[in-house]
Order: sequence, then C-alpha cells, then structure tokens
Amino acid sequence: MKRLADALAPLALIALLLGAWEAACRLTGVPAYFLPPPSAVAKALVSDPIPLIQASWNTLSVALVALVIASLAAQAIALIVALSPILERAIRPLASTLQVTPVVAIAPLVIIWAGIDHAERAVVALAVLVAFFPIFSGAVTGLKAADPDLERLFALYGATRLQTVLRLRLPSAVPFLLEGHKVGAGLAIIGAVVAEFSAGSGGVRGLAWRILDAGNKLQTARMIAALVVLGLMGVALHALLGRLERAGLAWWRGR
Amino acid sequence: MTPVATLDAVEVDYPRRGRALGPFRLSVAAGEIMALVGPSGCGKSTALRLLAGLEPPTRGTVVRAAGRGETAVVFQAPTLAPWLTAQANVALPLELSGTPRAEARARAAEALARVGLAGAEQARPAQLSGGMAMRVSLARALVTGPRLLLLDEPFAALDEITRRALADDVLKLWSETRPAIVFVTHSVEEATYMADRVVVITRGPGRIAGEVAVTGVLPRPPGFRTTPGFREAAEAVSTLLARGAEAAA
Repeated sequence: MKRLADALAPLALIALLLGAWEAACRLTGVPAYFLPPPSAVAKALVSDPIPLIQASWNTLSVALVALVIASLAAQAIALIVALSPILERAIRPLASTLQVTPVVAIAPLVIIWAGIDHAERAVVALAVLVAFFPIFSGAVTGLKAADPDLERLFALYGATRLQTVLRLRLPSAVPFLLEGHKVGAGLAIIGAVVAEFSAGSGGVRGLAWRILDAGNKLQTARMIAALVVLGLMGVALHALLGRLERAGLAWWRGR
Repeated sequence: MTPVATLDAVEVDYPRRGRALGPFRLSVAAGEIMALVGPSGCGKSTALRLLAGLEPPTRGTVVRAAGRGETAVVFQAPTLAPWLTAQANVALPLELSGTPRAEARARAAEALARVGLAGAEQARPAQLSGGMAMRVSLARALVTGPRLLLLDEPFAALDEITRRALADDVLKLWSETRPAIVFVTHSVEEATYMADRVVVITRGPGRIAGEVAVTGVLPRPPGFRTTPGFREAAEAVSTLLARGAEAAA
C-alpha cells in the first residue's frame, strides 16, 4: 500500500500542476504563443509524431555514439596514465583545463574545424568532450583505488606492472567506471543538445534544432513538446543506466 | 641450519613519524613458530614487512633465504578480491607466477579443502563470514607451499571462538608442511598458545624487550591453556611487556 502511494505521489503532483496550468491558461486567456495550455502541448506531441521521433532519435543517437567514443577514449587514456605516473602528471593540468572550459565556449571553434557541411561531426565531438571527463576521472580514481594490501600481495608474488593493472587495478576500478558511465551518459545528452544549439538551425535536426525552429516561428507548444520529449529521454536513460550500474555492481561484488 | 630470514641491526625511520623500529635483531629458523608481541605502534607490523621483503630497512641488513613465491603473508583483513570467487582468489599467487590456469585452480581447490572450505570454491568473498574469508586468505597463503608464512594480526577482527578455532587450524596446517611462521599479535594468550618462541617488543620505536620459549608440543593438545607451562610462559610474556612499556616511557 505504501509502495503504491510512493509510486503515485509524483504522478499526482504532475497531474495537479498540469491541471492548475490548464485552468490558469483558460481563466486568464494568455495568448498561446506566450504560454500554451498543456492540452495544446499534448496536441503538438501527438499531432505530428514522425518528425518529433526523428529529431529525438537524432539527438539520442548522437549522445549514444558520443558515449561509446568517450568511453573507449577515456578508458584507454586512463589505462596509459595508470601505467606511467609521469604521463599522468603531464596530462592532468591539460585535462583539468579542458574540463572546466564550458562546452558552449569551445563549440564555435569545433564547428569551424568540422566544417559547415559536417555540423553533425562537430555535435558528436562536443558531446564526446562533455561525456569524456566523468568516465576519465572515474577510471583514473578507480585505477588507484585498489586495496593497498592486495597491491602488496601482488608485489610479493612478483606480478608484473601489466599483470597488476589488468588483474588488480582494472577490476578494482569497475564500480568507479560504472558510476562514471552513468554520469557520462547524462552529460552526453546535455552535450549533444548544447552542441546542436551552437551549430544553429542549419545542419543537425535534433531536438535542440526543433526547439530553435519552433521558437523562431513562435510555435510555443511545439517548443514545450520537444522539451518534454528531451526530459523524458533523459529520465529514461538515467533510469536505464542506474539499473545497469546496480546490476554491474551486484555482479562485481557477487551479491 | 641456516635461518629462513634474518634482520640484522635494522632500523626503520618513517618521514614525519620518526623512528618506527630498531635497532632490532631477529632470526627466524626453519619450521619454527614465532610470535611478535608488543603494544600498538611498536613497529611489529613493520618488522613483518621487512621479513616479507615488502619494504627495505633504513639501516641494517635483511637476509631472506626464502625466494620469490616462498614467502606468504596474511593480513589482518582477509584482503580478497571481491570480484573473484574463493577459488580464483586462492589460485591468484600461482597464476601470477605462471602456473597454467587449470593446474592453479585444481591446487586452489585442494588448498581450500585443507582449510575446511571444500564446497565453497565458487563463493564470492561477500558471501562468506569473517572467519571463512580469513580461511580463504590462509588457503591463498598456503597454496604456494611457502617456507616462510607471515601473519599480521590475522585474527584481530574475529570473535573469540572463531579466533581459537583458527589458531588450532593454523597449527594443524603448520604440522603438515612445517613452514616457519612469524605472526604479529597483541594478545599474550594467543602468542603463548600458538608460538614456540615469543619475542616481546618494547613501546615504539620497537626494540626487543626479551623472549620467552614456550615448552609443549605443537599443535597444542586439548586443555593446553590450563597447564602450568602455558601459564608460566604467559606470565613471563606479560612481565616482559610491562617492563618494555616502562623502559620506553
């Protein structure tokens, strides 16, 4: 009974807020271009679903491709860094600088490099950049998080550096990698959307382009519909990765 | 007979902490069981790491006759890899030194059976009790057939009943292959029960306060704790401990 109430509570709040919104729009008569009622947003969602689905898929696929590239690159670089402390010291300041620079600030440059005709490449590259760091720092931290006594045992048994990395430090890093990928996936979507905005209405027809396009035409209901889809996509991806993380941890820990 | 390991006039200084141990002289004979007893922070774990070759002394020499793979260490915590099964954990030392996987796994299963964990091969550390995890750790130490077995307060985290059972198990396992055992403890009772030689260390920086030979057969017969020999030895160890604490104070 309590679980049912827990599950229904957020839905009830949403319904309440939507009801209030709808009522307020009807009672005050605000123009629809300023604030359309939820019913108009719902109509925008269902009336023309194919382009919306297409746009969502464009954004989602960019984010997923970026996540895969970021994951491979971050883990490869982290492994190299783990094998060589001097390389780590060399890379750290560069990585931190790149990490704290806002992606919107880098975007115009990347778009020039990718070429106006290949805006989608710039969008993927920027999403990669954003998703890279949580995975990278997770991997670097995780590779150092091995039990020091286990490290001593490996030394005692004459393990080579490569054996120590592959058989001790990499498996020890798994919980950190799972967490890094969860955060990275969420950031990949944000990165993709921000990059789409920067690329403008020209090349990449994702959700951000749809929001821009609808905004230019003052089709506010369509803007909000795209936002709703974006939010749902983020929630779904986050839930999926949270579940994957739990399953991965259970497998790693054996219970 | 040449000793398995010798510490000769060793001193260990740690940055910021100063002198942790020494000067210190200690010789471990083949097949003997030696207990290092002393108050917290006296450097007994440091002495153990010197014997293991895990760290070098600041001054003095360490001679280890036991070669690579012939020394094994058991820490206070079981120190198992959580992502590996009990069997894979025990097989690890063998696999790292190049033993083929199948053979390593077979010997690991044998070692697990010797510590009374037959049937738990596929269990993960998280599924084992504290005592069982410690047995896995012990099996991992024994699987290479070491000449020198070093135990760093191995039962400190366990309850009294489990500790006593494990003490008897260690002695029984020792009687099968007779490795030299050096173990660190702060329990006078445990030291006297398990060792044939108890070395008492003063408060840090640790020096040797004296040593007590414990007479009696190993493994211990039932009721050994009530014999006069045990009680006298325990009393002598306690006296040395108290004197060592005073001397440094």
